[in-house]
Amino acid sequence: MRYTFLTYSRPEDFANVPPEELGQLKGLFGAYIGALKEAGILVATDWLQPVSAATTVSDGGNRIQDGPFAETKETLGGYMTVEVADLDTAISWAKKCPMAKYGAVEIRPTAMEG
Amino acid sequence: MTVDARMADVMRASYGRLLAILSSRTGDIIVAEDALSDAFAKALIHWPAGMPNNPEAWLLTVARNRLTDLARRNARLDFQAEVVAPEPEEPDGEDFPDERLKLLFVCAHPAIDPRIHTPLMLQTVLGLEAEVIARAFLLPQTTMAKRLVRAKRKIKDAGIAFQIPDPDSIAPRVSAVLEAIYGAFSRDWLGAGALAEEALYLSALLAELLPDDGEVLGLAALISYTLSREEARVQDGRFVPLEDQDPGLWNRDLLLRGQSYLERAQALGGLGRFQIEAAIQAVHADRMHTGVTNWNALLQLHLGLSRLAPTIGATVGYAAAVGKSIGAQEGLDALMRVEAKVRASFAPAEATRAHFLSELGQSQEAAAAYTQAIALTEEPPLRRYLEAKREALAAKLR
Repeated sequence: MRYTFLTYSRPEDFANVPPEELGQLKGLFGAYIGALKEAGILVATDWLQPVSAATTVSDGGNRIQDGPFAETKETLGGYMTVEVADLDTAISWAKKCPMAKYGAVEIRPTAMEG
Repeated sequence: MTVDARMADVMRASYGRLLAILSSRTGDIIVAEDALSDAFAKALIHWPAGMPNNPEAWLLTVARNRLTDLARRNARLDFQAEVVAPEPEEPDGEDFPDERLKLLFVCAHPAIDPRIHTPLMLQTVLGLEAEVIARAFLLPQTTMAKRLVRAKRKIKDAGIAFQIPDPDSIAPRVSAVLEAIYGAFSRDWLGAGALAEEALYLSALLAELLPDDGEVLGLAALISYTLSREEARVQDGRFVPLEDQDPGLWNRDLLLRGQSYLERAQALGGLGRFQIEAAIQAVHADRMHTGVTNWNALLQLHLGLSRLAPTIGATVGYAAAVGKSIGAQEGLDALMRVEAKVRASFAPAEATRAHFLSELGQSQEAAAAYTQAIALTEEPPLRRYLEAKREALAAKLR
């Protein structure tokens, strides 16, 4: 079954993190993505720029605005789509995601199957 | 036995076994429930002419055929494809795998709202109607039915697998199953919607499926011991505290069951909340042979329990044991460690405080505490007990 991990965090939590630690976090992420690839379960992934870089289109395309769709304290920072047997397997992989420590990982099953 | 009675028997004994088998492959409990109720409906038509040799196998075959029909119909709608129906399996009742443990783990999965764990278990493992469950949980039937359906959809949509959790995550998952069973047991234990029998069945089932888990055995012991006093704890419509109950009214079979579970748990050498609670019950049960309650043993056990699981209930239990084995003032001191606001909203705490105050001769304050406890109590037998206590105090004051 296909699941997508949506990673959420508070940008303010990273504001005071020293650059070397941020670099470390990047390394952890790289290793994590590598592990997903090696297990043969990674379908797609991306790491996103902050919501300040977001543009939102709504109202049938009539409304285009600067900023995210919803102003929230926790923002979406990236996603990983994986193909695994079941939710328990997905949970065990999500637990290993670095963002499970720095924020939260939301697991969403695909709606394109069945 | 009439066919109806035998059917009811089969239903009770087989419902969870069959539902677990039918839903474990696809993870779709809703469809499995439909197929199973279809099989039971067919049984009502066919069985009066003669019961099959193996009713459970008969039901499973009919329900599986129904599942195949449904799958084929859905496949045709979706893809217009031809799906070959599997050959109906030879009914062989001896070899059914018992998938109920997997079903229990699914019901108490961390991805499912903990508040629905117990209702889900009662419905899927025991086949209880949503109406009965709603009554026990004091919810409108439609609300309970909706929540159950939502949980079953989540199980299917999120891909929660019917499997025994990995060794590194099984401990919290067993705890969740135990909590859910305990939830059924502690539900309105004096009221009409009581689920104690169901909890006993589930705890015994879990003890059968996980015989080497001390807390599983501990919970089965606790429920067996507590249920053994069903008769004794309400007399003439009034609650009777454990230490005042007539041991002659205790159910011997259930006491022996509790004892056997507890001995097995203790032989495993672990320690846990349910084992300690069961051990407390065992000490009370000993009064049947010794004629006295060993309050010193109870004090040690309550101390252990309040350290291991520092809930308000455990603290009040500990204070009560202190009061009995040391003195009312010491008991009151222990009780006063509970935050006043919390204490004043927990009936057992106020009732215990009232008891200590009354022993210390502070009758006015004691009466006020009983009034507070009564206001917090809904079960009529408990209210009558507390009212009688307050009345006795009032008579003294007059």
